[in-house]
Amino acid sequence: MSLLFRSKRGEQGAKITRIGPIRRFIMFFVSNAQQAVGSLGELWRTPFASLMTIAVLGLSLTLPATLYVVVKNSQAVGQQWDNPAEITAFLDKDLSSQQVETFQRRVSLMDEVAEVSHISREEALREFREYSGFGSAIDYLDSNPLPDVLIITPVRDYSSSERASQLQRKLAAENEVSEVKLDLDWVERLQALIQLIEDALGALAILLCIAVVLIVGNTIRLGILNRRDEIMIMKLVGATDGYIQRPFLYTGAWYGVIGGLIAWLATFLLIWWIRAAVLRVTELYDSQFRLQGLSFNELLILWAVAVGLGLLGSWIAVRRHVAAIEPR
Amino acid sequence: MIKFEQVSKTYPGGFQALNQVNFHLRAGELAFLTGHSGAGKSTLLRLIALMERPSIGRVLINGHDLRKIKRRQIPYVRRDIGVIFQDHRLLMDKTVYDNVALPLLIEGYTHKEAAKRVSASLDKVGLGGKERHYPIMLSGGEQQRVGIARAIVNKPPLLLADEPTGNLDPKLSMDIMRLFESFNSVGMSVLIASHDLGLIARMRYRTLTLKDGRMIDDGLAHEHHGGALTGSEL
Repeated sequence: MSLLFRSKRGEQGAKITRIGPIRRFIMFFVSNAQQAVGSLGELWRTPFASLMTIAVLGLSLTLPATLYVVVKNSQAVGQQWDNPAEITAFLDKDLSSQQVETFQRRVSLMDEVAEVSHISREEALREFREYSGFGSAIDYLDSNPLPDVLIITPVRDYSSSERASQLQRKLAAENEVSEVKLDLDWVERLQALIQLIEDALGALAILLCIAVVLIVGNTIRLGILNRRDEIMIMKLVGATDGYIQRPFLYTGAWYGVIGGLIAWLATFLLIWWIRAAVLRVTELYDSQFRLQGLSFNELLILWAVAVGLGLLGSWIAVRRHVAAIEPR
Repeated sequence: MIKFEQVSKTYPGGFQALNQVNFHLRAGELAFLTGHSGAGKSTLLRLIALMERPSIGRVLINGHDLRKIKRRQIPYVRRDIGVIFQDHRLLMDKTVYDNVALPLLIEGYTHKEAAKRVSASLDKVGLGGKERHYPIMLSGGEQQRVGIARAIVNKPPLLLADEPTGNLDPKLSMDIMRLFESFNSVGMSVLIASHDLGLIARMRYRTLTLKDGRMIDDGLAHEHHGGALTGSEL
């Protein structure tokens, strides 16, 4: 692509032979591949400096990845405990047993309800006398102070805390019901806690990613400044900024590729480390719980993030510094 | 080929390197550019190679106004201009082959094609077979010739040389000048900045003379009274 001699090519004394556009297109990819391999070779020649940056990149990603695994597993646990939510409806004390039975049938026909069981006031009083320790003191009461109780298990779709409380409100609106209790407080607390950890983790991950970008950018910047003379000469003989930038971008990408592998390895090690402790805790809780590691897709995402951060860091460095070097 | 129209260059800080310079170097012409150090020779060459932009006036190459060349296009302009420096500007950690092949690889040649051209170019400057050497293993004159081989390897229509014989003895200098002559004889336009007046006088080519940034002699009449002029001026 000769700018100045395009039209008058034939008139020049010196014979100008140029490369056609198709060749140029193909050679673009060939030289990209060469530069990619060249950058890898460059890493190989300076293993110590490269390894430091790569290790920082990999280990910085290990922490968010491990915390992600922890959060993922605690979410799974939270869901396990969330499902069998029960709603307790205390009925009006003035209802006849006939009315209670009718109401129970009506509730059991609701779409949201999977199962309804009835604890009659007499049953409740008997239980109370047995277990409360008041014993015969209760015999002095003139009448039974306890109401009939319906214990309602919602269908699966309505077992999440939000939808269960929707059902709770619906039941509370019924005439026969005096009060509805939904014992979801502890589930909500657990979920709030998980949410808190998730948010803190997100912020931490963002900070670590920024740090990675800055570290990679700085390493690449030093690499560019080290090869200042070479870049000047390349510019003098007609290299575009893009051509000069590419090896540095590839270096950043390689940092990501290898750093991603380090992050995998370190995450595996960390999870293996905490697995024994987690299993002991779950044994104490009698739970059928298995710690899940990173899935295949999550591993790929972790890798992609590492490569992306490496590229981003080097891109920021080359944009600023390659253009700034002008031949003198 | 190269045309300067009322070109002035003032550097930041107020130093005026060139002052209303006019000249026209025709296609296929070889000319010398001379003057004391600091007279503006390097600045003039730098304006042609787009390493600087003029403060006033315009520079044309092959009829194209360089003011219209955008920053992104500069590399493509430079591919048509071979530049040779006094300090040869070689990559010392790369072989002679890598140095000379650099412009070709940048332009998109394969290594196979580049190898042919590189060896042809090295043959031309008398360094055939030294592809695998490193610049540090070569003498000053040989290093300079590697720089020349790099400048001509993609056969640019225009060749600029900034003090190409600055560090060389008279015999080597003459050899290098003969090289430029041979490039010129196949149609390359050549502009050589040099203060080696004895050498220039022997070559008997058009000589442009700069003094304090002004073009005081276009040297077109050099054939007739050139000796007297250069003697009195410098």
